[in-house]
Amino acid sequence: MAFEYAPAPESREIARLKPSYQIFIDGQFRDGRGEAIKTINPADESPLAELAQAGPSDVEDAVVAARRAYDGPWGRMPARERGKYLFRIARAIQERGRELAVLESLDNGKPIRESRDVDVPTAAAHFFYYAGWADKLGYAGFGPEPQSIGVAGQIIPWNFPLLMAAWKIAPALACGNTVVLKPAETTPLTALVLAEIIAEADLPPGVVNVLAGGPEIGAAIVERAVVGAVDKIAFTGSTDVGKTIQRTLAGTSARLSLELGGKAANIVFDDAPLDQAVEGIVNGIFFNTGQVCCAGSRLLVQESIAEELIASLQRRLATLRVGDPLDKNTDIGAVNSAAQLARIRSLVAAGVDEGATYWSPPCELPERGFWFAPTVFTGVSQSHRIAREEIFGPVLSVLTFRTPAEAVEKANNTPYGLSAGIWTEKGSLILSMAAKLRAGVVWANTFNRFDPSSPFGGYKESGFGREGGRHGLEAYLDV
Amino acid sequence: MTTVKQTEVPDLTRDDASLRRFLHGLPGVDQVGAEARVAMLATRSIKTTAKAWAIDTAISMVDLTTLEGADTVGKVRSLCAKAARPDPIDASCPPVAAVCVYPDLVSTAVDALRGSAVRVASVATAFPSGRAALATKLHDVRDAIAAGASEIDMVIDRGAFLSGNYLQVFEQIVAVKAECGDTHLKVILETGELVTLDNVRRACWLALLAGGDFIKTSTGKVTPAATPPVALVMLEAVRDFFAVGHERRGVKLAGGIRTSKQAVRYLVMVNEVAGEQWLSPERFRFGASSLLNDLLQQRHKLTTGSYDGPDYVSVD
Repeated sequence: MAFEYAPAPESREIARLKPSYQIFIDGQFRDGRGEAIKTINPADESPLAELAQAGPSDVEDAVVAARRAYDGPWGRMPARERGKYLFRIARAIQERGRELAVLESLDNGKPIRESRDVDVPTAAAHFFYYAGWADKLGYAGFGPEPQSIGVAGQIIPWNFPLLMAAWKIAPALACGNTVVLKPAETTPLTALVLAEIIAEADLPPGVVNVLAGGPEIGAAIVERAVVGAVDKIAFTGSTDVGKTIQRTLAGTSARLSLELGGKAANIVFDDAPLDQAVEGIVNGIFFNTGQVCCAGSRLLVQESIAEELIASLQRRLATLRVGDPLDKNTDIGAVNSAAQLARIRSLVAAGVDEGATYWSPPCELPERGFWFAPTVFTGVSQSHRIAREEIFGPVLSVLTFRTPAEAVEKANNTPYGLSAGIWTEKGSLILSMAAKLRAGVVWANTFNRFDPSSPFGGYKESGFGREGGRHGLEAYLDV
Repeated sequence: MTTVKQTEVPDLTRDDASLRRFLHGLPGVDQVGAEARVAMLATRSIKTTAKAWAIDTAISMVDLTTLEGADTVGKVRSLCAKAARPDPIDASCPPVAAVCVYPDLVSTAVDALRGSAVRVASVATAFPSGRAALATKLHDVRDAIAAGASEIDMVIDRGAFLSGNYLQVFEQIVAVKAECGDTHLKVILETGELVTLDNVRRACWLALLAGGDFIKTSTGKVTPAATPPVALVMLEAVRDFFAVGHERRGVKLAGGIRTSKQAVRYLVMVNEVAGEQWLSPERFRFGASSLLNDLLQQRHKLTTGSYDGPDYVSVD
């Protein structure tokens, strides 16, 4: 008997999608002076809404407004009053949670289960968390009266559009800075609804400015930092762009924090809780269709259990439900853009060419939209491109190891160092591995867990600076 | 997930040390991870046609149960009538899988169910505590079978299990199975007394190796009874037991399952953890009493569009 789940789509009406959206500068929504674009739904390539993007003169206006707010009401405001605004924003995100979740799934292509259960609640949690810090900065370990920095230029990616906006805005405001935020070109909508929330929360004009636009707008914000009009750049995105930003800012007084790519090792020892490890592997690489900088894209499995574990993993992957992001039963949604899909395809083709063994569960992909089936490569070597380069898609490379020392060596043998996972029932092994892994986040017997109280950030080409937790305050304080 | 083959069973159970080595060599269960998995499965949204299918399937998997000191012939007859024809005005409603009673009421149930497809299950082996001599337990089983029970729900000796006497538990199950012959044997682990998921996994394998046709969570007399993480571990056990070359054995969840929503969630778990081959009364059961009425009310709602309340189903 087959248990066929009937379609259970969330209504797209909940998203309250508007025909057009505007950028947000100095407390006002207005058409940007840049190119007008249509943002599309990556699940079926249908247009969602029109948007007049920001142009270079909008960047100038936003930076001036942010400076005025910093020198004016926001800079003078007592910290506990700042905290109240953040609490208000957090509550409003919760109140409009369903709307934000559906909108995020429409614009990004991620399953509603993820936007509803992870992105939106975690975004609200970040505002709640940093709201609490606003009037307690003297107790954060950065001296008795740590001062804010000034105007922060923040550039965020398309994989967690709302959540990354929250990660950036909440600590910046808690520390007393003002913000010019640029969401990614393909996913501007939830950041603009967050701007609505911020406007309704009655923040003084200019404290938060949201400039939807392409890479040239990001570059323009960075240029403003070169001349000292912006005091800090926080960037989350690709390592290449991060390097360019760092080069541009070299020798200036602007501060910089970068959260870049990753090629995380998810390490499974022979004494691991195997059923939970399988879940952790699935969550590690297929969460958000693998478009996660800390994705567990390299599975390092102890050779003695490799065959058994891979068999279990393949059986599990056959139950993944790929399809309509708005269906509440969907596990894997669409890839965010045609460009990203092309990158995934080319790296998968490279994996096949290099001689790794390709496997994918039987699954029907929708005809329209950007889709890629969950993929597992076995027989992968350290030298293969699929073991070295960030794919940013639902593609897992499986490697094996024999001893803990070899696991550490292979895990660290990457230009990246954002995250890692360890699966074993042996506590002492977890502790010794965690001390040796060169990764900013090490998960033990879990993966891709995010909490606002826990710092997140990278080693090496994964960037520097920490977001989240007490550590995340440092990026927005003059310390 | 283990590599024990059928031929190895005598070796594993040669002595206490061998059996212990095997059971303690099973992969551990991470409680936090297991809870996260069942929480994720509980988000599955089962609507319309899928819900209708799931409710009828759940009805056909119910072991309609009464296990009270106050049980009487009249109570059991009433329950049997309900079991054979859960919805007297709708013949398309399937009968339940079995009626489950104490051994002394088996003959009453057999008489009442003659001619129907509903089976008669009996608890035995000094249910619910299992605190009796083996000879007494076997006598209990013999009585129930003699009275016409076609399924026996035995309890394991949790005291022996918790003190590490795995072989004693194993041998008792083997003895009961021998007494049962072709009669279907369900082995109640009483997971609420085993407490940890590692223990649950070991008890599952112990019961499966000993020949239990079903592994069953609980007597219904101990809290907690069936919980989603326990069900997850048990479904993994029968899945893995099959994967290493044995036949497909069944799982019965009993105690605390009262609503259709819970039942449907468990069917989702069966589907996605063990696989659709387990979605049949031959391999999956709910031990319950009040669950049936909730399933019937939800069934009415799906067919008529309105919820007609608890007075429109019989209270037996």
